[in-house]
Amino acid sequence: MSIAIDRDQAFLDSIRRTAKEIAAPNADDVDRNARFPHEAIEALREERALSAFIPTELGGGEVSFEAIAAACFELGRCCGANAMVFAMHQIQVVTIVRHLEGAAWFEEYLSNVAGEQRLIASVTSEVGTGGDMGRSIAAVSPTDTGACTFEKRAPTVSYGEYADDLFTTLRRAPDAEPGDQVLALTSKGEVMLEPTGTWDPLGMRGTCSPGYVVRAEFPREQVLPTPFAQVSAESMTPVSHILWSHLWLGIATDAFDRARAFVRAAAKQKPGQPPPTALRLSHLMSELSMLRAEVSSALREFTEASEEPGRERLSTMAAQLRFNNLKIAASEQAPRVCQGALGVCGIMGFKNDTPFSVGRHLRDTMSACLMVANERIHQTNASLLLIAKEV
Amino acid sequence: MNDEIRKVIQEHGRLPVDVGTLSEYADLYQAGMTSHASVNVMLALEDSFDVEFPDRMLTRNAFASIAAISAALSELRAEATVP
Repeated sequence: MSIAIDRDQAFLDSIRRTAKEIAAPNADDVDRNARFPHEAIEALREERALSAFIPTELGGGEVSFEAIAAACFELGRCCGANAMVFAMHQIQVVTIVRHLEGAAWFEEYLSNVAGEQRLIASVTSEVGTGGDMGRSIAAVSPTDTGACTFEKRAPTVSYGEYADDLFTTLRRAPDAEPGDQVLALTSKGEVMLEPTGTWDPLGMRGTCSPGYVVRAEFPREQVLPTPFAQVSAESMTPVSHILWSHLWLGIATDAFDRARAFVRAAAKQKPGQPPPTALRLSHLMSELSMLRAEVSSALREFTEASEEPGRERLSTMAAQLRFNNLKIAASEQAPRVCQGALGVCGIMGFKNDTPFSVGRHLRDTMSACLMVANERIHQTNASLLLIAKEV
Repeated sequence: MNDEIRKVIQEHGRLPVDVGTLSEYADLYQAGMTSHASVNVMLALEDSFDVEFPDRMLTRNAFASIAAISAALSELRAEATVP
């Protein structure tokens, strides 16, 4: 037990150092130029953070899921885009680690991720599905030589150009129904990426997420045996919502910290007279506390349910509702906190070049409600609520 | 019981195929039942069998085939008859 705690501690120390010394100083440049956070990702590679969750027997760091979530929070405090790249990579890793049953190729693959610190991106969204990740149009198609191919039109692929490997949702076969999906892992050498757009968005600019037509040819063993529906319910969806919400909390926390620094500076200028913004800061703290409480309780519920044999509870509709609500609540509350910080800092927060600037924070967190659109999640929840009993 | 289940799936499952062509163990999701349609199937089953599925049973797997649904209903009925 104490070895596991030490491992988590050492990992988080290195993450905090990288976040503070490398991600933070580059955050504005990454944002302004909508460029990939190369320096921070390289530093995370050097710290072997990309394989932190992989079991030690496969060459990884075997830290806990809580430590991965805490790392997303710490990186989020320094650079939202960098934190998002890290989080999305970890979502793929955690998903594979949790669904290795009968997948020998994937075990070997994880040891390569650890050995080479490979960065994994995902291709889950698809043009023509209306934002529903539970349906695919593109399919795994067998070739004459016994290999597989696919062609998928993706409206966004985050850091697709910079990833070593892609994890893609597809229909199981050319004649499979839209909901009969699997995940295929393909390396850069097996994939052709044809860009279909540009990347000049409002926020999360460093994730570099334009659309692509993705074409690949690969051996069949690179298809994860467990059906995507099960992988999604037990791992990919709750893990995504938990890691995303941790980094959104990180961004909101940094915005709050900047607002607090602003109020303290004002208080020092006129000792004995509480600045008028102090009251607003107090209101803001209660908003931040609500976000923090939601994020940490969801993490606790997920880790508890994950430890139960068969992870049955994660497959229930009640669990689906729970982690969908985390996503909706956190994605709405994080920009609210950032906007509140802007209200405290005023023009000093509005300007992009002061120690109290929170424009990037606000813009980055405004992406949260679009990453799997909240309205789409509400549609799912509305349907589940018809039948779920205790929610 | 299976005939009644088939009737419910035929009416509410919105399958692209005739339920009569599916075996008892055929995967209904692979046959094209969407998550949304599965909720309607669950509601209709509660109505026609006069039961309420508890949350622990409301999983994808519990409604993945006619046999699985039949097992879930039998379990509920057995529980109901225990004094």
